[in-house]
Amino acid sequence: MRVALFITCLNDIFMPRAGLGMVHILERLGIDVTFPDGHTCCGQPQWNSGYQAEAEALGRHFLDVFEGADYVVSPSGSCTAIVRHTYPEMFRDDPGRLAQARALAPRVYEFTEFLTEVLGTEDLGASLKGRAAYHASCHMTRMLGVTEPPLKLLRQVRGLDLVPLAHPELCCGFGGTFAVKSPELSVAMGDDKLEDVVSSGAKILVGADPSCLLHLQGRAQRRGLPLRVMHVAELLAEGAGLL
Amino acid sequence: MTTPKRGPQTATAPRTAATPRPEAASKAGSRASFRRRALAALGDAQLRRAVRISVDEAGAARNQAVAQLVALAREGLVRGDFAAMRHRARDIKAETIGHLDLYLAQAAGAIRQRGGTVHFAAGAAEVGAIVRDIALTRGVTLAVKGKSMATEEVGLNAALESAGVQVVETDLGEYIIQLAGEKPSHIVAPAIHKSREEIADLLGRATGRSLPTDTPTLAGVARRVLREKFLQAGMGISGANFVVAETGTVCLVTNEGNGRLTTSAPSVHVAVVGIEKLVPSLEDLALFLSLLARSSTGQKISVYTHLITGPRGPGEADGPDELHVIFLDGGRSSILGTEFQDVLHCIRCGACLDQCPVYRQLGGHAYGGVYSGPIGAVLTPLLGGFAENADLPAEACSLCGACGEVCPSAIPLPDLILAHRRRMVREGRDHSGLGLPLRLAAAAWTRPWVYRASARLGRAVLRIARGTGFPGGAAAPATPAGPVSPAGPLAAWLNGRDLPPPASKTFHELWRERQQHGRDGQ
Ligand code: SF4
Repeated sequence: MRVALFITCLNDIFMPRAGLGMVHILERLGIDVTFPDGHTCCGQPQWNSGYQAEAEALGRHFLDVFEGADYVVSPSGSCTAIVRHTYPEMFRDDPGRLAQARALAPRVYEFTEFLTEVLGTEDLGASLKGRAAYHASCHMTRMLGVTEPPLKLLRQVRGLDLVPLAHPELCCGFGGTFAVKSPELSVAMGDDKLEDVVSSGAKILVGADPSCLLHLQGRAQRRGLPLRVMHVAELLAEGAGLL
Repeated sequence: MTTPKRGPQTATAPRTAATPRPEAASKAGSRASFRRRALAALGDAQLRRAVRISVDEAGAARNQAVAQLVALAREGLVRGDFAAMRHRARDIKAETIGHLDLYLAQAAGAIRQRGGTVHFAAGAAEVGAIVRDIALTRGVTLAVKGKSMATEEVGLNAALESAGVQVVETDLGEYIIQLAGEKPSHIVAPAIHKSREEIADLLGRATGRSLPTDTPTLAGVARRVLREKFLQAGMGISGANFVVAETGTVCLVTNEGNGRLTTSAPSVHVAVVGIEKLVPSLEDLALFLSLLARSSTGQKISVYTHLITGPRGPGEADGPDELHVIFLDGGRSSILGTEFQDVLHCIRCGACLDQCPVYRQLGGHAYGGVYSGPIGAVLTPLLGGFAENADLPAEACSLCGACGEVCPSAIPLPDLILAHRRRMVREGRDHSGLGLPLRLAAAAWTRPWVYRASARLGRAVLRIARGTGFPGGAAAPATPAGPVSPAGPLAAWLNGRDLPPPASKTFHELWRERQQHGRDGQ
């Protein structure tokens, strides 16, 4: 089985370790992983800020780069949602591109979703000691509807004590360009999330969206909170001795 | 509209969070922007506590009511679960709003047939003139008023008071807000931002007494004051939650009973109704009542549901001598036929406010309009001017999608916020400083080599910046908040957050190395 990596621009620059973890896990499971060299950004920041033409340009580039892939797998729930749900809407008046977007949509998966739903894998034989809280990112939960897969995988990690949050449904305040258009508000929302995590007793905050994690990690660091922020692929790969 | 109301909240333990610095408010630009108002709200710990407690309770109650519906549907005890109900609600609203002229004519005919008087008002000035005229020709000097968003929208109280007619709010939350000289901060719970202590203080000053803070006492004091007003008033003013087109029935929902007294004790009842409040039939009304109660307070049905069909008829025991229904356009007809038409499906339940993480931080006043939360961010630019209010959809939303999930009319609120943002860009109104970087990135990143080069360059710049005294760098002190300047997305990020060290190599670089040196990882 061949999988093309949709690494996302944020992961590329800030969290390549999570990307590598994802590659190691997929290869361990016998997947032939490819990385299309032309891959850049899906256009989500432009789309969500109202820059339609610019988002479409990046969307067209994306569709061309991943054309013909068997499976496209991404370490970001949010970026996966853009390709699966937004592209067909973005190109609804462009029959050629619409066909391309519709053909690609069912083959794009978020990483944990791909492992549990397509490969049927939940136990990666990983072990990692610590108490962890999972941050359910908004687009992954509400647009993709992917809620259980990351939890299924994390529950199998030996030694990992997964604790629930009081308000798992609340946005962490990242919100793409919202983070810099309304920085004070974004930070206040981040604080609520972090307090929830800290009072859960967790020392590890794990999530499946690099952007939320970057925001929460940045805020936790600024406040000097003793919290390790990890991408789920990073945690799983580390626990399985692959990183 | 008179909606099932929720009471004010008490305070809990103070938050331990380091909240954004209030001094930043003065730096957030000179215009009365959303950002400036938001900063003021963020600095008000009491307000934030009160709002958070109330929306968390309301949100939980709503979620429980919806979950219950799923269970009832499974047992065949109700017609479809929440998803099915809101699907039907959307279809009914789409039909009604799609043929609004026909349903309005039908409703007007039915109201007249039952002895009511129908007025059509284009906007605030017309509503003010009509109600003033009714009051003055009948010698009314005191009017009692039920909770109504439409009258808030047109500033009716000020219009009447300038003509010498005193208006007293009879909904407890609205009465508190009136005493405080403020505007409602929530569609359903207008005094959501007030603590019990503040309320006791306001009522105490109004009655010249020092009051304890327990609810029975406070409600009792307000009740005694208001009872007298009901008996003295020559006019009762209300909104309407719904108007049934086939029967001309004005439907009001309350949890306090003030709606009944307002609409039946005085000899004249005036209802001010947004034209989108129509539902075709009584059967449709039943669906909406169920959705409204569950969505706004988690109740199965509100405590009082009033169906007012005409003034007091011959031989009837109570009701007013005259019933006037004023249909308010107020900019609504300009939304018809546009990509925003679905916003007219709103039943003002407040669920989107209760679930909104931004509203939860700020309460309603930061939105600067009568409507707040997600519905306010969509509606205010449409009714109150786009240029003045474009910052609401641009800045008051993180696109988390919670509102769209709970709306009982299935209004795609996040999509409508995005539509506003597209319009803002089309009209050249994005002053966030992000336009240029977003455009440059889009132009450059369709060329992979430019993308890879810029990723490497950006990473290098960030790594150097972090080691220096650059804001957010390891050696830099925390910086106060400031507005986003054209050079400022990075500064805005670093206000309150560190930037984790960019990796020494991008994934692209690591991948290439891996391909060259075999698969031994980093
Ligand atoms: S937009 Fe929907 S959820 Fe919000 S107040 Fe209106 S009906 Fe309720």
